[in-house]
Amino acid sequence: MAAYRTNVISKEKGNFVVPAFLTPATTKSSLCSACSKSHTTNNGRLLLISLSSHWTIDWPSMAAPETSTAAVPTLYTNNTLRNAFGGVLSFFILLLIGVLAFSIRLFSVIKYESVIHEFDPYFNYRVTQFLTKKGIYDFWNWFDDRTWYPLGRVIGGTVYPGLTLTAGTIWWLLNSLNIPLSVETVCVFTAPIFSAFASLATYLLTKEVKGAGAGLTAAALLAMVPSYISRSVAGSYDNEAVAIFALIFTFYLYIKTLNTGSLFYATLNSIAYFYMVCSWGGYTFIINLIPMHVLLCIVTGRYSSRLYIAYAPLVVLGTLLAALVPVVGFNAVMTSEHFASFLVFIIIHVVAFVYYIKGILSPKMFNVAVTLVVSVGLAVCCAVIAVLIALVASSPTKGWSGRSLSLLDPTYASKYIPIIASVSEHQPPTWPSYFMDINVLAFLVPAGIIACFLPLTDASSFVILYIATSVYFSGVMVRLMLVLAPAACITSGIALSEAFDVLTGSIKFQLPGVSSDAGVDAGETSSDTTEARNDEVKAEKPEETSKDQFSKKSKKKEREHVEKPSAKSKVKTKAEKKRLLALPLEASVVSLLLLIVLGAFYVVHCVWAAAEAYSAPSIVLTSRSHDGLHVFDDFREAYAWLRHNTDVDDKVASWWDYGYQTTAMANRTVIVDNNTWNNTHIATVGTAMSSPEKAAWEIFHSLDVKYVLVVFGGLIGYPSDDINKFLWMVRIGGGVFPHIKEPDYLRDGQYRIDSQATPTMLNCLMYKLSYYRFVETDGKAYDRVRRTEIGKKYFKLTHFEEVFTTHHWMVRIYKLKPPKNRTRGKTKKSKSKTSSTSSSKRSGTERKNPWH
Amino acid sequence: MEAPIRATEFLRFTLLSLLFFVCRSSPSQDLLISNAERRIDLTSHIVKVYLTLKVENAGSTPTSEILLAFPPTQVDHLATVEALVTKGKRKKTTLARLDVKPTELPDAPNGTKYFTIYLSNPLNSGESTTLEVLYLFTHSLEPFPAEIGQSESQLVYYRDSALILSPYHIKQQTTFLKTPSTKVESFTSVEPTNRAGTEMKYGPYEDRPPYSFSPILIHFENNSPFPVVEELVREVEISHWGNLQVTEQYTLVHGGARHKGVFSRVDYQSRPNLNGVSSLRYLLARLPPRVHSVYYRDEIGNISSSHLRTDSRKSELEIEPRYPLFGGWKATFVIGYGLPLQDFLFESSDDRRYLNFTFGCPLLDTVVDKLTVKVVLPEGSKDPSAVVPFTVEQHLETKYSYLDVVGRTVVVMEKKNLVPVHNSPFQVYYTFKPIFMLAEPLMLASAFFLFFVACLAYLHIDLSIRK
Repeated sequence: MAAYRTNVISKEKGNFVVPAFLTPATTKSSLCSACSKSHTTNNGRLLLISLSSHWTIDWPSMAAPETSTAAVPTLYTNNTLRNAFGGVLSFFILLLIGVLAFSIRLFSVIKYESVIHEFDPYFNYRVTQFLTKKGIYDFWNWFDDRTWYPLGRVIGGTVYPGLTLTAGTIWWLLNSLNIPLSVETVCVFTAPIFSAFASLATYLLTKEVKGAGAGLTAAALLAMVPSYISRSVAGSYDNEAVAIFALIFTFYLYIKTLNTGSLFYATLNSIAYFYMVCSWGGYTFIINLIPMHVLLCIVTGRYSSRLYIAYAPLVVLGTLLAALVPVVGFNAVMTSEHFASFLVFIIIHVVAFVYYIKGILSPKMFNVAVTLVVSVGLAVCCAVIAVLIALVASSPTKGWSGRSLSLLDPTYASKYIPIIASVSEHQPPTWPSYFMDINVLAFLVPAGIIACFLPLTDASSFVILYIATSVYFSGVMVRLMLVLAPAACITSGIALSEAFDVLTGSIKFQLPGVSSDAGVDAGETSSDTTEARNDEVKAEKPEETSKDQFSKKSKKKEREHVEKPSAKSKVKTKAEKKRLLALPLEASVVSLLLLIVLGAFYVVHCVWAAAEAYSAPSIVLTSRSHDGLHVFDDFREAYAWLRHNTDVDDKVASWWDYGYQTTAMANRTVIVDNNTWNNTHIATVGTAMSSPEKAAWEIFHSLDVKYVLVVFGGLIGYPSDDINKFLWMVRIGGGVFPHIKEPDYLRDGQYRIDSQATPTMLNCLMYKLSYYRFVETDGKAYDRVRRTEIGKKYFKLTHFEEVFTTHHWMVRIYKLKPPKNRTRGKTKKSKSKTSSTSSSKRSGTERKNPWH
Repeated sequence: MEAPIRATEFLRFTLLSLLFFVCRSSPSQDLLISNAERRIDLTSHIVKVYLTLKVENAGSTPTSEILLAFPPTQVDHLATVEALVTKGKRKKTTLARLDVKPTELPDAPNGTKYFTIYLSNPLNSGESTTLEVLYLFTHSLEPFPAEIGQSESQLVYYRDSALILSPYHIKQQTTFLKTPSTKVESFTSVEPTNRAGTEMKYGPYEDRPPYSFSPILIHFENNSPFPVVEELVREVEISHWGNLQVTEQYTLVHGGARHKGVFSRVDYQSRPNLNGVSSLRYLLARLPPRVHSVYYRDEIGNISSSHLRTDSRKSELEIEPRYPLFGGWKATFVIGYGLPLQDFLFESSDDRRYLNFTFGCPLLDTVVDKLTVKVVLPEGSKDPSAVVPFTVEQHLETKYSYLDVVGRTVVVMEKKNLVPVHNSPFQVYYTFKPIFMLAEPLMLASAFFLFFVACLAYLHIDLSIRK
């Protein structure tokens, strides 16, 4: 088994070793002859033991080529055969994992339909449509005048283009092959395809860290981890879909460079990093995590030229490439998020220089030089750091964007930026959400971390750092659970694979037919020999790594050599462990079964989560009642109505949640949308929604708005409607326009819409638009979301008229009445009806209306 | 309130008819119509006119051409004209379809348009024959008032002549009009005029000279929705692997009185009989039998409100637009379905293949302003030719579909102003060699083969400089 785990590392050639039970008997016998020869050269005692060692650790298969030249030809062919089998097997397992990752995400298509989900994906879809229609140059220069009216938005410069360009390229490729798939289809299936790629990347990364077994386990875990599924089901066409792949792949290439010290991989790493920067704002995680790891390596005395090669090109090339992305631009060198990488860049050079100096100077001279340099350098450093701190402190947000700040200080957002705090995915997660999103992985992660320490390599220390940081970040924001998921999968994969190794090893060890004494002996002696061999190979190691690697073939061969040492050390520990952890047969079988049950539980949970929890597109709702499935398709009903029955240049005002959908599905100009870049503009809409009718009309009229769209769930009990979001509108509005005060809308600190509600609440526009003529549906005006009868049942609208309400009342669209309709008599009447507070409020809002 | 309008129109039409009298120069004075009966059906938004003419040849020479005349305002809305002749006597009467073609006459008074009916047997001197003529008008009911609220019912004008416009002398004629309900606001009276229930009777009028015209205007309630498909593109894709894929793209509009002001869902749901009576709630599409994989969607996704009923003779697809269509409201959607190829593709005697498919729009009771039928022939088919029972504009296109190299020939046929009568079969003939069916599988197979060979080669070639 150990051979399986170690040899597999030389993967390029497909050198997987099939576990012993898979190899034909003939192969085994020939192997025996070969290795017995090899062992006798080392140790005369080993003949008998090596026989048993086939059953236990199986290491001769990899040890033989190095030790005995005579044995090489036959052994080599046999090995190749076994490796080929292993390679094919792993290839098919990976293929199946890819298929699994793809198909588990199709529940949404099967249960609902092939449609874009939620909010942000609609924007991405719209951008992709634009890209495919107009081409790349128009895309970069796209100024979108259909959103943020009257400001507009420069899409090309403010969007992470990775996802769009990826899907656009796939579409273009398919169409140039005359496969006429629609842009929508391509967009819907981008996320599942990239999940399959992400599984592959996880396999590669984990294989670099702990071998192919762990790699396959981690890939299988990642293929169905619910946290990732939640963001990558078919139709969830969002940045994260491709970004997670890019993230894992960048990490893989970093580890690969770290293990090989190859500049080729370092360059690839920068390109992968560039793709990540294109795809997601989360790239800052990479550009902070990798420096942290480098620093860790330096501090723990693990500095090597490989580390330098892995890091320095990444910073230089990566930063240059990142600056090419318009949305990042000079941020790549100017914001605090990137400072860590530059600092570590300086440090690594200093360290490299010190190592170099150390190499050419005598120890005594070196000490003198150190004291000299340290005293001078300290002064310079202090000055530089002081300047840096002053620069950072002079900028208002201290150089950190709001979202990043809220990462460091979880209470930052809720204190200062209501617009960030109002988004549910920016809230800290609850404990159940951990169980929901990573399930049993949460228990396996600690075991995996321990496994990473045995032995601690550069790669495994990276995994430990990765899991530690991502656990912290996921604790800050629900959304970053997504970053945790791959880390959890990798560590859990390592844990599971190690546990399986130990358990199956112990079982094999005690299989009937093999004498237990021999087994124990084998364990001991083999560990001895490997140790001995290990030492000599370790000595070879630096030379081999330093060899240049031009030819592919020789490179492959070399890699085998290079990797074997580390493999060897694993074998050693494995053998030691074996001796220590030769568990009783019953215990191993039982724990093996328990592990399988655990895995089965995970699979069941993931399938359930994929099918039930995360597949709803949220624009179509279904409910199962006794008379079958009921579909609530109200959102699209309203958007389709807007699209076909309003003028093409009409402006539609709604809360920003529905901005992207309105532009994409209804093709109408909106005032605010989900790209919440302008707080004042959003606050204006929030103010309008929380103002009384006339003041709201004036604000909307000044913004050229023709229709107002509100989402109302009171009739059917749809909880995420505008009344439930209303307090955020008040808060955001009040944050900019102080005449909107949150306490005015709360009765004794409680948010309510029943008869106890405050008059301000009952007279605000949102209340009126939501509940207009609601009482006529059931006679009582019972709100099924708030589970209460509403406070004010009968009222008329004077400045708005209802133009469309969907079938289940979920979306209500009102039209602003033209100004001339305000006859004097009517306003007087309404003035006398409503309390004096509202009229005074009206005059107040008129004065403070920012658009006059 | 409408009196002045009607008065002026009446005056104009009287003047027109006077003019007709003055400049009568009929093409053939030999024929005369001894009896004419016209039944105008106004119940739906397609006006159906059944005309029974008893034609007599009073001249000396046999003739086989009979002219029908239409005023220019009507001819624009004329969707189809069909003529049948009754043959045999008493119980053994059979109907035979006759050719009808539009004809230009040099001295047509006031832009009158003509259609010529070609009799199969010339009408000899002194003989008489009975013709059944059916013609349909679209967009001929003008909503008045043009904009109505949600709770109002839809009233429309219908304009016609009490006398049949004809280049021949008509001895006796009667016109019956059938309205959808008894609610008739007003109508022009041309004595003798009777109204009983939903039927109105103009006539009988005796001995009217050619080109007599007497305009009438009827203002009545018609609450049936006016589904008008502004544009319909039907694409029929033939796959010789056994499937016929039909995709239909609709732009639907409610052609009735425009909706005005508020749409209140609570009124619409609680009082469906009083509110939005003329709104378009659902449509019925009649599809061929054995239809499969039916979908109904629009540009933003599936529309979940549809029902499919299939039996051995036909399939009915009941679809609801996303929202009820009020007057002037629009909706676009796509219906697609697959059909077994053997029901529609046949081999003709000269070794060619032909597709036999229905031309018009499968939605019942709809007017189609513009229809484009595209027949996508399989890749490699040659010499396409279409046989359509009426005149259409034709041209060829090329379409590239799954893995095509040379592209597929598309026969495009366009026609304007269609009614359900146009749902008649048409044929597209083409030659096709079955070997072309294997082109794409072979291409794929060879591509994969080459890929594997390339992989094999790559693995066995050592390009390294240093051994």
